[in-house]
Order: sequence, then structure tokens, then C-alpha cells
Amino acid sequence: MNEASFAAALMDPDLPAPHGFAVYRNSVTAGLIRALQAGFPVVRQLVGDAFFTAMATEFLRAHPPRSQMMMLYGDALPGFLSGFPPVAPYPYLADVATLEQALRESYHAADAVPVAKTPLGRLTLAPSLRLVRSAWPINGIWQFHQAAGPKPVQRAEDVVILRPEFDPKPHLLPPQGAAFLLALQQGASVEQARAPLGDTFPLHPLLALLTENLAFVQI
Amino acid sequence: MGLPLAPGVGFKPQHFAALMQDPGPVAWLEVHAENYMGDGGRLQAQLRHLADRFPISVHGVGLSIGGEALLDPDHLARLKRLCDALNPASFSEHLAWSSHDGAYFNDLLPLAYTATTLERVASHIDQVQTVLGRQMLLENPSSYYRLPESDLSEAEFLVELTRRTGCLLLLDLNNVFVSSRNLGFLADDFVAAIPPDLVGEIHLGGHLDDSGTLIDTHNAPVADEVWALFAAALAHCGPRPTLIEWDNDIPDWPILAAETARVALAMQ
Repeated sequence: MNEASFAAALMDPDLPAPHGFAVYRNSVTAGLIRALQAGFPVVRQLVGDAFFTAMATEFLRAHPPRSQMMMLYGDALPGFLSGFPPVAPYPYLADVATLEQALRESYHAADAVPVAKTPLGRLTLAPSLRLVRSAWPINGIWQFHQAAGPKPVQRAEDVVILRPEFDPKPHLLPPQGAAFLLALQQGASVEQARAPLGDTFPLHPLLALLTENLAFVQI
Repeated sequence: MGLPLAPGVGFKPQHFAALMQDPGPVAWLEVHAENYMGDGGRLQAQLRHLADRFPISVHGVGLSIGGEALLDPDHLARLKRLCDALNPASFSEHLAWSSHDGAYFNDLLPLAYTATTLERVASHIDQVQTVLGRQMLLENPSSYYRLPESDLSEAEFLVELTRRTGCLLLLDLNNVFVSSRNLGFLADDFVAAIPPDLVGEIHLGGHLDDSGTLIDTHNAPVADEVWALFAAALAHCGPRPTLIEWDNDIPDWPILAAETARVALAMQ
């Protein structure tokens, strides 16, 4: 049994396998399911344990890890969920998975030294900052599945993930907040980023949120 | 500077505060290399604090040293960055493969023990030791299936690898025991077949008995038979840096500390 046939039989339970081999097949499957459970706890709560296990098994056979860094395994899960008919009753599920993956990326992102106070002009955003946009209330859904979050309301929500020290958290952005942050990410100054957004754009509360969470860092 | 002749534990983030406050008999720590290959964040900050206080053993689980393909140069470069930054007291990996054709299985999979695979694994070990600029330790795997192509015993294969590459062995006694039951050999014979001066470190861990098949789950205390094998190994090769591995269903710190106290007692 060479490596290629061994590898194929690991991922295909219909292929015949000798006595003892099943332990490897089970342990590979169980290990990858555990990694996905750890990475996507809210997706798991939304669909339930048994459904999650079945879904994860389909996913890992279609998308085995491509990297030894299991901390980020599952980056293909949102795309997989978008085309997975059994989750059609959960149209927001792929976006919740995107949010959870962004939280993991933020957790493992590079450290950076925050600026002492919010300067004007051009700002550098922390490497751990992530922006997730959705036509669904992903922030509300995520918060609802933490301890004692309020019930989500039906609307589109954009989220910024901020990691002041080591614990990333999602924060709901105001309308056009994502456009503002995207402009900053692309190198616009605060003035340039807010100019197209109109007088009602809540610039100061958003800057305060970002500053409090150490989102502006030294270059 | 190697690891001390004393108990160590596989580090888990939930034990960080307890370890920094009072490590008890624990004199060194093992970390899984792949968990520290992110760009930053809490895990790396914890590791920096731990490394100020304890000798660290970097234990790779993903290099696929036993694989048919060339070693993944990106992964080897990540290991080098980690070892260069940390200057650990030891680096170890497994006699197993885990990647094939771009897919990573996150498990330690078996290879046939033949003259051909011996040559290939030896060249992989040479490459690791050259790139990292350090001697490595190679760990014997837990086995559930013996590839029919094998014509060397695992002990013969390991000993010949050390002769060809100058690496040392990480003798995982739970793996020896699990494999001996699953494949039908005597664990004591395996230990006796390893020359004492080749053993650089010992691993102890718990396993699960699944209807007669022993599974290396690292989710339980060390079994009595494995403690007995540890006593035999100590008689055979003298005290060695000895690690307790507990990776799943991780207990509170006092339970793990009690296991390490048992190691310390056995080593006296």
C-alpha cells in the first residue's frame, strides 16, 4: 500500500481498507472535525452538533487542509457553505463562518505598537483589524450566541474586528463605516475617507471606538 | 544545552498562569511547533514568557519526515524561523508522514520500513539537521497497521537512522506499548533493542482501549503498564528528560502536576 493509495483511502470510506487501517481513517476525520469545531463554534451552535459533524465530514473530504498550520484550517468553509444545499435554510451561515474565520485570523495576526493618540491625516490600521460585510445581521447573530446577547434583528450588518491586546471582538459598524475603513486601508487620510460620506456620517464615535481598541498603530 | 534530566509537560495555554506561579516538579516544557507559526498574538506572547523561565522543547507534528515527497521547504523555513527566534533546548519530530500531494492530514501516518524508505527518511533528517543547524530527536509512532512491504522492524529502522544521520531518539513509551498490543510484539523487547545512548528523551501519555485496539489518544492518565515500561526503560538507559503528554480532555493543572510528580519519583 503506497502513500497515494493510503491517502485516497483515508478520505474515501467506500474504498476497501485492511484491518487496523480504519483507526487512521477515523483519527484523521475526527482530528479535522475537532479543528473545525474549535474554529467555528457559532456555526456549530446554529446548525447543531450532529448536523455540524456531518457537514464538517463532507467539507474535510472536499477540502482537506493545504497547510500544516491548523489554526487557520477552514478558510474554504464559507465558500463551501454557499454551495452546500443542506444549509439552504440558513442563508446567513456562510457569512457567520466568514466572521468566525476573520476572528481567528485576527487572533493570530502580527502584534503592533499602538499610536499614543489618534493623529490626523494618514493612519496605519492594526494588522489584526478585519472588516466583514454582510447582507445578514452577522454581528447580532454572533452576539446572540455569546452569553446573554440580545436577539438579532433582520438587517444588513458590517463588522469591524478589533484586537486591543490579545482578544479579538466584533463591533457593529454604522452605515458607510465599512466604506470609510476600506478607504483608510487603501491609504486615504481621515479627511479623504470621510469626504464622500456626507455630514451625517458619525465620524467621531467611530474614531473613538477605533482609538479605544488600539486600532491605529505605528508604522 | 539540552533538556534537564527531569519531568516536563506538553504546554497547554489554559495552564499558563499555574505554570508561571508554581510549576511543581516541572523543569521544562514542550510546545507543538505548528501552534506557534502565526504572526503574533497571545500564544506567541505566552511562549516568550515561558521561554524566559523554562527550557523549551519544540516538537513538530507536521513535517512529514516519513513521506515520499521532498520536505515542504516553506514549512521547514517556518520551523527554522521558530527555532532561530527561540533557541530551544531541543527539537523533535516523528517517524511518520502527514502530507500527500498537497493535502495535510493532521495525523501521524505509517510508512513501510525498508531499505528504500530508510534512505529517504535519512536524507530528510539530514536536511532538517542542516537547515536548523542542530541535532534532532526522532519519535517512534503509535501504530495500528503494519504495512506489508516492511522488512525491517521499527527498532532496527530507528537505530539505523541514528547511525546514518547522527540524530537521537525520542522514545515514546506509550507509543511502544500501544503498537506492541496492536501489532503483536513485546514492548520490553523493543526498549531493549534501543541502545541506551541513543535515547535523548522519553514521552509518556495516556491511551484508550477501544475493544482491544489501543488508541494513542493522550486524553487520560498514563496506564499502569506504561509506568512499568518506564521503570524498565529507566533501568535500561538511566534517567532521561521525560514528558507527560495530555492533549485532549485536558485536566486542571493539579492533575497534570501529579502525573509529573510520579515521573520525578520514578526517576529518583
